[in-house]
Amino acid sequence: MHPKRKNRLVLILFMVVGLGAAVGLMMYSLSQNIDLFMTPTQIANGEVRPGQTIRAGGLVVEGSVQRSDDGLHVSFGITDGAVNVTVEYEGILPDLFREGQGIVAMGKVDSRKVMIASEVLAKHDEEYMPPEVKYALESAHKDGIENLKKNTVEKAQSSQTEPLPKSTTEKQY
Amino acid sequence: MAAEYGHIALLIALAFACVQSFVPLVGAQTNRQWLMQYARPMAMGQATFLTISFIALTYCFVVDDFSVAYVANNSNSLLPTIFKVSAVWGAHEGSLLLWVLMLGLWGAAVALFSRSLPLDMVARVLAVMGMVGVGFILFTLFTSNPFDRSLPSIPTDGADLNPLLQDFGLVVHPPTLYMGYVGFSVAFAFAIAALLGGRLDAAWARWSRPWTTAAWVFLTLGIALGSWWAYYELGWGGWWFWDPVENASLMPWLVGTALIHSLAVTEKRGVFKSWTVLLAIFAFSLSLLGTFLVRSGVLTSVHAFASDPERGVFILVLLALCVGGSLTVFALKAPTVSSAGKFKLLSREGFLLANNALLVIAALTILLGTLYPLIVDFISQEKLSVGSAWFNTMFVPLASALTALAGIGAMSRWKVMPGKLLLTQIAGSILVAILVAAAFPLVYAGEMNFKVAFGLFIATILIATTFRDVWSKSKGQVSRLAKLSKSYWGMVIAHLGVAIMVIGVTVVSNFSVEKALKMNPGDVATLSGYDFKFAQVGTQQGPNYSAHVGVFEISQAGELIATLHAEKRRYKVKGSMMTEAAIDAGLFRDLYVSMGEPLADGAWAMRLQVKAYMRWVWLGALFMSLGGFLAILDKRYRIRVKTA
Repeated sequence: MHPKRKNRLVLILFMVVGLGAAVGLMMYSLSQNIDLFMTPTQIANGEVRPGQTIRAGGLVVEGSVQRSDDGLHVSFGITDGAVNVTVEYEGILPDLFREGQGIVAMGKVDSRKVMIASEVLAKHDEEYMPPEVKYALESAHKDGIENLKKNTVEKAQSSQTEPLPKSTTEKQY
Repeated sequence: MAAEYGHIALLIALAFACVQSFVPLVGAQTNRQWLMQYARPMAMGQATFLTISFIALTYCFVVDDFSVAYVANNSNSLLPTIFKVSAVWGAHEGSLLLWVLMLGLWGAAVALFSRSLPLDMVARVLAVMGMVGVGFILFTLFTSNPFDRSLPSIPTDGADLNPLLQDFGLVVHPPTLYMGYVGFSVAFAFAIAALLGGRLDAAWARWSRPWTTAAWVFLTLGIALGSWWAYYELGWGGWWFWDPVENASLMPWLVGTALIHSLAVTEKRGVFKSWTVLLAIFAFSLSLLGTFLVRSGVLTSVHAFASDPERGVFILVLLALCVGGSLTVFALKAPTVSSAGKFKLLSREGFLLANNALLVIAALTILLGTLYPLIVDFISQEKLSVGSAWFNTMFVPLASALTALAGIGAMSRWKVMPGKLLLTQIAGSILVAILVAAAFPLVYAGEMNFKVAFGLFIATILIATTFRDVWSKSKGQVSRLAKLSKSYWGMVIAHLGVAIMVIGVTVVSNFSVEKALKMNPGDVATLSGYDFKFAQVGTQQGPNYSAHVGVFEISQAGELIATLHAEKRRYKVKGSMMTEAAIDAGLFRDLYVSMGEPLADGAWAMRLQVKAYMRWVWLGALFMSLGGFLAILDKRYRIRVKTA
């Protein structure tokens, strides 16, 4: 083979193999490193494996926030309108954390189905509802579990600039 | 009336852009000089009217014209004037206007500083930039007009700017970042113009280089400013989150960095031409993708897309036109491009190829990680997120290889580098690097830390090989140092910046200490030898907020070294809470205090941190920018080309 061509072939092979290996490794490690989002209903139904890190979103239940007397331990309930799940957290809550506000917690679920959060996120805009929380509220609504805590959800809706889409608009495309 | 003037100015700018995108190109393709001469005045006109339009919007903000919907939504009469000005780009519509203004200014800069370029090249470059301008001005006018009036019901006062944005960071970060983003349109326009004109040669690469480097310098500074802003403003001391918005800016940066290096090879050796053109196309496309990701709302969820499908679809169409159009031109014209030079894999070309491969793979990795949740959500409606752990695992090895190879590549010869010679040249550097890597963690922390040792190892290799190269290029004589070219010094300083940043990232990630705790006034907490005394808490009134101020006295070995005032602000208009961290910055450590929420009996939740080597991360970015700036000043970019 012409040395120039050979050189080029080696180069191309090198690039193809390198790129292939890189993409393969990336896909594998991606599948190992994703944090699934779970709604309070899914947590209550036991869909979370023990030890699995998840993100859970919902509205902070009114009157549920309890601080310990010493240290920074705090526990509160989050709801998707159908089910409440207790979240326990040790640390400083974000500025926009308050009752009735949509938040997302990251952490693991223990055998009591209590979420032990390592991180609590609230977005930095009053009018902004984390999309995951919106999704949780909507799917609880959609599944026909009709013991909605109406005031909670209505409050959530009135705190938004745009009203929540009624049902399954999100699957249009 | 200012809003109407602004609107009209924007329409006039559109007219200029339309002529600019069409007439000079026709002239260049049919070789008619008088048509080509339209390019420069049109670019100047477009820039002028975009500036007028922008000033008009700024005026609306400064005089509190709340009949303009955008002003009413993002400002308030209580807002300090400087933040009224920066609020212009605090939300979608205004930031798009800033985007097109930047584009216009880059076009004007090309028109002004291209006297050494042949006219047909200028005509084509400005025509391509005109097309981008038309697209984005139309986008602004149709989907995001900042001059829309909220008639007939004019609000008495504005809804206020998000308190998080009422900061010096908003004044400097977005304009710098946008200058970088949009600046890649120049490199893109040069690449397309060269393809159209059939002159992908060393001259094209040389013309393209200072512009590309200038955009890259702005982007580097913009990203660093964003990181610094997030660090002090978000109140928990994070400086990089692998957040999709950050990734959107890092991807064009990585490809832009690859482009800078690839352009060097194209200029010096006449190879990698097609690849360089592709990189120029992709750097700008990723800037557009970044704009799309940030501006369409698709990021947080694909469903937010549905809330404003018009904007998302519009940018997606622009992106498709840009990528599709430029790749079509590439496919039609690139086969005629031939590479002349030959090289062995072990050569400077080879190392630069490795540099490009690593940078592009890094950019692809981040692209995959950023888009993966969107794709999964789109296909299966499953909600997930990719954690920062994944990005770190992927990015750190690539960045490490890049850092370690940078200095070695720079000292290699073009065409072929004998392996033995290379080994003898780097042996000393590797020895030094091993010593530093072993010593640093032991001296700093008193124990071995292999992550830190590894980071120091690669950074020291880069520093040592760079200095060795400077020494051998100047033949060990100080008098010769000044004779080395500015672009060489630019490279040296930028590479040292990479090493400084790697050291900073390594140390701050491994040797920082953090504590969140409950503190009563009078309490003392100790972190790595520093005593943080929570002295007292007071109140303070700002122009549009009231604040609790926590006073901290920090001492080391009984000696007071800093008094910090951390704040918890409550903004009056929206009633939202904001944490203002207090930082005592130092070259080797930052002392960081931020207030959490008030607890029972006058106690507060507090976050205390000692961030080791934090400043090195941004210092590294500053060095990189300075290096880029020096390289632009190199006199060979100013040599006039006589024959076109």
